[in-house]
Amino acid sequence: MAFTFAAFCYMLALLLTAALIFFAIWHIIAFDELKTDYKNPIDQCNTLNPLVLPEYLIHVFFCVMFLCAAEWLTLGLNMPLLAYHVWRYTSRPVMSGPGLYDPTTIMNADVLAYCQKEGWCKLAFYLLSFFYYLYGYVIISPVSPLRVCSNN
Amino acid sequence: MCISYFLGLSGRHFTLGTPGSPKPSPRELLPKKLSKNALKYYLSCVLGYLYFTLLFLLYFTIFLPFPNMSQLSAALGGLSGVPELEVEALRPVNLLQERNLLPHRPLDAPEPNLSADLKKANCSPDTFRCTLTNIPQTQALLNKARLPLGLLLHPFRDLAQLPVITSNTIVRCRSCRTYINPFVSFLDQRRWKCNLCYRVNDVPDEFMYNPVTRSYGEPHKRPEVQNSTVEFIASSDYMLRPPQPAVYLFVLDVSHNAVEGGYLNVFCHTLLENLDKMPGDTRTRVGFITFNSTIHFYNLHESLSQPQMLVVSDIDDIFIPTHDSLLVNLKESRALVRVLLTSLHSMFSQTRETHSALGPALQAAYKLMSSTGGRVSVFQTQLPTLGAGLLQSREDPNQRSSTKGVQHLGPATDFYKKLALDCSGQQIGVDLFLLSSQYSDLASIACMSKYSAGSIFYYPSLHHVHNPAQLDKFQKDLERYLTRKIGFEAVMRIRCTKGLSIHTFHGNFFVRSTDLLSLANINPDSGFAVQMSIEESLADTSLACFQSALLYTSSKGKRRIRVHTLCLPVVSQLSDVYAGADVQAITCLLANMAIDRSISSSLSDARDALVNAVVDSLSAYKNTVSNIQQSGLIAPAALCLFPLYVLALLKQKALRTGTSTKLDERVFAMCEFKSQPLQQIMRMVHPDLYRLDTMSDQGALHLNDCIVPQPHLLHLTAEKLTREGAFLMDCGNVFYLWIGKCCNDMFIRDVLGCPNHASIPPIMTQIPELETPLSERLRALLAWLQDSRTFSSTLHVVKDDATAKTSFFQHLVEDRSESAFSYYEFLLHIQQQMSK
Repeated sequence: MAFTFAAFCYMLALLLTAALIFFAIWHIIAFDELKTDYKNPIDQCNTLNPLVLPEYLIHVFFCVMFLCAAEWLTLGLNMPLLAYHVWRYTSRPVMSGPGLYDPTTIMNADVLAYCQKEGWCKLAFYLLSFFYYLYGYVIISPVSPLRVCSNN
Repeated sequence: MCISYFLGLSGRHFTLGTPGSPKPSPRELLPKKLSKNALKYYLSCVLGYLYFTLLFLLYFTIFLPFPNMSQLSAALGGLSGVPELEVEALRPVNLLQERNLLPHRPLDAPEPNLSADLKKANCSPDTFRCTLTNIPQTQALLNKARLPLGLLLHPFRDLAQLPVITSNTIVRCRSCRTYINPFVSFLDQRRWKCNLCYRVNDVPDEFMYNPVTRSYGEPHKRPEVQNSTVEFIASSDYMLRPPQPAVYLFVLDVSHNAVEGGYLNVFCHTLLENLDKMPGDTRTRVGFITFNSTIHFYNLHESLSQPQMLVVSDIDDIFIPTHDSLLVNLKESRALVRVLLTSLHSMFSQTRETHSALGPALQAAYKLMSSTGGRVSVFQTQLPTLGAGLLQSREDPNQRSSTKGVQHLGPATDFYKKLALDCSGQQIGVDLFLLSSQYSDLASIACMSKYSAGSIFYYPSLHHVHNPAQLDKFQKDLERYLTRKIGFEAVMRIRCTKGLSIHTFHGNFFVRSTDLLSLANINPDSGFAVQMSIEESLADTSLACFQSALLYTSSKGKRRIRVHTLCLPVVSQLSDVYAGADVQAITCLLANMAIDRSISSSLSDARDALVNAVVDSLSAYKNTVSNIQQSGLIAPAALCLFPLYVLALLKQKALRTGTSTKLDERVFAMCEFKSQPLQQIMRMVHPDLYRLDTMSDQGALHLNDCIVPQPHLLHLTAEKLTREGAFLMDCGNVFYLWIGKCCNDMFIRDVLGCPNHASIPPIMTQIPELETPLSERLRALLAWLQDSRTFSSTLHVVKDDATAKTSFFQHLVEDRSESAFSYYEFLLHIQQQMSK
């Protein structure tokens, strides 16, 4: 039962995508709390900003893993999101720490609406990619109980 | 009776004449043998009957209920007919042909189309103004009009009369928490319906008694319901902590640059004179911090014989040397404060320090004030070069007149923004006075005031020898700054009728939640702007209301709420939307939006967006409302000044390209647009130009034995200037008095005290007080104009002096300059864009 590197990549991606889904849900809840005046923008930005870079780095990490495993289709599907992350991070407001969200501009309705939409789109993407990796893992994996059974 | 007769004549046949005569056939309607006399008799009866019926109806419907004509026209105006003002506002104007568009006197705010008693109770337009005085019913209608919808507020304006209510119960709607206002409806004596969320509330018992008229049972006569601007004294439910005392901290730059410029002397002198006039009570506290490359604190405990200076040189880890007596009670330590102020200048007169550790000084100020909150006034004369928050010089002098784009309009570091947010959280407002002659990265350091609700003042090239006019202005402004009213630990909430919502805020404050603005300090000279959108249709209501409520602690420690309520009609026709457009409010809101866009995206984007705003609104008007198919640029009379104002905006220091503009001056102009009230912004954008030598007493105001002439406004073009005339340009914070070369010698002698034009000194900033009628009139006019604004304006007599002359001519916005259109060219450009 030798796992190929590709199968290992898919399994790792599966686990990490679960973490990414968690981040996306956290973002959605955070912006909803801001919109309904449940939380202060300064406190909310202080909790959201440290989560931005880990999310992007996790995504970069398993893109690199797929590159090493030569899984071109999967890599191609993740490229747009990578490009979007790079664009988003380079056009962030001037701030000394890591993060994307500035408490003075986050309460503008257009910024808030954009961030909420972004949260939902990312959640949808991560969910779809979760199921894609699950399928990919099952297909790629060399251990296939169906094959074993069909021999007999 | 007559009706049946008419019917008889027209349709039914009847017999006239002897019985037995044959019945007329259906084709023949009139009996043949009707005599002429009978016809005349019947006609006159009919006419007489009609005449009396008309008189009868007229008497009972019009003259009896409305004994005078004004009431009649008011009643008609409240109906859905179009009154004359709206017809006038919609009159199509061909901008390419009509050259004299400016009114004779400065433009007033348009009056909303409401009934007379609503108009009387409505909020003053100086306090609360909307870009569209007729609110469109749906977002689709607003989009069709292509005009921005927003409000411009000046909530803490100095008011001559303000009703103050000291009632135990403040009546508010239970669901939306709106304060009761003149536009609610009373269903019966015991219940009232909120005009913002339509919920029915109960009238509390105490409210039924009216203390003003000592009557019971008339809640609608109470002052809260009669006035749209009221101030409530708030109970302890409105306090998070006991009201704070007035705490003032002055943070002064004492580097070599500062001492050489000479501001310190003026500051100490002015503060000494106004120490007792600063708003506050017996709990007022003051403190001083000076800094150059180290931070100096002053122990002002009343037991000391003289102030003790404590120097902290570790600027990387700033700490407060002693925990009390740095911020002292003014009443108790007054003598010591006086000693300090008189000796401060001489303490640093020999200083050789050229560095400025602004960041650490601000951190020290924050630590000192964080337990109480209050106001910090920072005086800075150069780029901060030491410690946290140090800045580099980012401006490239060669790029000052670039047409491509302007860089570095946003902050370089977020140190000042974070500091401002921390200060805002502790109710500390930071005001900045920038007195430098070189680039000081105002874009970064202004953030300390922008988010902590402070004000920003800029005096470029302030020097006691080289620029005494600027020093004089600084002194007068400082006097106003120290003595003006102030509110501490304030929050403001703006509520609108259900269906409208506010999505963007402009001004110096921190937006703490979707409609709550946190203002550490509030002062009577700041204005705010908000943009709104229509989320739901307003079809089932005919009035839209807006309420701004400012909760603050007065300088005497009382918690108060100032409430302003504005009511505007809702319309469903696009032509009504155009008829109610307020061109000055639209220009100011667009200026705010353009500045936001130039910082977040780029200056050229912002300029294009402004031109597109004009093109879109005029195209929308042409395609939908106007029926005129002629060539030319047609605009409704309400918007006839719109292209002129937008052109003037594009030529402002804040938004212009192609003309050399220092980056700090540009950034300061942007800050002014975002924080000044509307009248001041309009004077900056489109100055008022008057001709002085032909001033007459026609239409003059008679105030306090003074005759204040009211000259007509002139268009801002060199065409209107003549060599034989003398002209006054009112630019908001500066007056230019331009004397033509061939001006009447008598005028020059009577007003300026010089025998002829050549003898006028090159730099003249004061009008001498001569006893001639011309001089009196001119001085009365200048004094009257000066009274209408809170900060002092400098005066420049422009003869040949190079700098003042270029500034004067730069304000003539209708003329062509080296990089910008003239007014006519701009109109042609718009016409060309519209036809694309």
